[in-house]
Amino acid sequence: MINYDKYLNSSIRSLAPSGIRKFFDIANEMDHVISLSIGEPDFQTPWHIRDEGIRSLEKGKTWYSPNRGFSDLLKEISNYYERRFSLTYNPFEQALVTVGGSEAIDLAFRCLLEEGDEAIIPQPAFVCYNPLCTMAGGVPVNINTKNEDNFRLKAADLEAAITPKTKLLVLPFPNNPTGAIMERSDLEEIAEVVKRHDLMVLSDEIYCELTYGGRNHVSIASVDGMYERTIVINGFSKSYAMTGWRLGYALGPAPIISQMTKLHQYGIMSAPTTAQYAAIEALKNGDRDVNHMRDEYDMRRRLVVDGFNEMGLSCFEPLGAFYVFPCIQSTGLSSEEFCTRLIMEKHVAVVPGNAFGECGEGFVRVSYSYSLKHLKAALARIREFVEELRHEG
Amino acid sequence: MDKLLQLLSKNAQFSTAELAAMLGEPEDHIKAQIKEYENNGIIKGYQAVVNWENMADSFVEAMIELKVTPKKETGFDEIAERCMAFEEVESVYLMAGVYDLALIVRGQTMQDISMFVAKKLSTIDGILCAATRTEASI
Repeated sequence: MINYDKYLNSSIRSLAPSGIRKFFDIANEMDHVISLSIGEPDFQTPWHIRDEGIRSLEKGKTWYSPNRGFSDLLKEISNYYERRFSLTYNPFEQALVTVGGSEAIDLAFRCLLEEGDEAIIPQPAFVCYNPLCTMAGGVPVNINTKNEDNFRLKAADLEAAITPKTKLLVLPFPNNPTGAIMERSDLEEIAEVVKRHDLMVLSDEIYCELTYGGRNHVSIASVDGMYERTIVINGFSKSYAMTGWRLGYALGPAPIISQMTKLHQYGIMSAPTTAQYAAIEALKNGDRDVNHMRDEYDMRRRLVVDGFNEMGLSCFEPLGAFYVFPCIQSTGLSSEEFCTRLIMEKHVAVVPGNAFGECGEGFVRVSYSYSLKHLKAALARIREFVEELRHEG
Repeated sequence: MDKLLQLLSKNAQFSTAELAAMLGEPEDHIKAQIKEYENNGIIKGYQAVVNWENMADSFVEAMIELKVTPKKETGFDEIAERCMAFEEVESVYLMAGVYDLALIVRGQTMQDISMFVAKKLSTIDGILCAATRTEASI
């Protein structure tokens, strides 16, 4: 018997597997489960976008694209950032099309971090940042955002986490799992600290189209003096319901994008061709779809927030993404216990908050990317569960 | 489109509290709005969406397209009303195009529907021809 451990890289072996999958897997094996655990739109990709992908296949466009991505797509991405956020990027020097936002995050870490460099990563946050940072040789330094701050990153907390080794700040807003956003005034305070300590920022804006209550997403790149310090990560998965197409992009200073492109060229070659044709259509003619989906999510968000508050699980009002992050401490259960019992007793799957960092303990992540009918049924079951717990206690 | 109507047309079982939460409006306002829609006939009623095919006493439905000669005074209305009077007829649509009226007809078997067309429908004065199409819900 070969002991494969001696061949495997020890850093990869010591990475913990993602805590989201566990409840997924239990849910998949059970009958009549209502799942609120998945972080992807329930909408199908709008037809006109799919149709462009199909048409490109019909025409036989099945070859590699240029490493950076098709120039039409790069131009549309650049137009989009100009139109939505008044940010100007040269499509041929400052943009790179990647396989999902995740690849772009990986590339950015690997291009910036040297062994021992610290990257500050606020938590709770999406599960990929810490492991990707570690695998790039960096050291993730986590800052806990707090319920009482509406899970926004505070400049003072950032300042306190900075050491001489800090090189990068990751800004994952609108946030998965909390649904928190950062407004311009919050970002201005963060920017002051970033500039003072000469840091770079990786701004993951994948949920930028999903903000509510009339607040538009603000990119930190649009704050004074931050354009040259920011790598913007974005993609098509969440805004256009295109998760399976695997298409994202990075925008930023030309010297950084060109190094990321080099790595992308060796590791990936080019992003999927069919998806790129579809994405051009999405950026050109997809605004109406985005608005429609946002309105739908907004109704669901209100229903779910109201539902949790009503049943006594206090829930701060999330202003972005499609998650709510209710506090379950009043039940006396840990996040893990709450989720396990909820799925076993009521067949409803949600994700424990601590899957997104230790500070998520005491919370659960609930995705509202489901039909209203599905959400209503799930809320009724959770309400029953919470009432039964109260009687027990 | 009005969001309240959109929600109710998908699911009439939302409580007014849930509707108020989703639309971000006070519950009183929602109640008043629904009342108004009911009063002025914009909301005509609420009904269950039944999957009859899963019931033991199943039946068949067909669509019958009719070409008719309109009456001088009453146009298509008179014939449409006569059709509607048959208990087999579920609904009547006025069409533009090759046919003038479309009927949705229900019976226990296809035989019932054929007999209905042959014995009842075809005897109405002014009906020129009929085409029967069966329907299956998917």
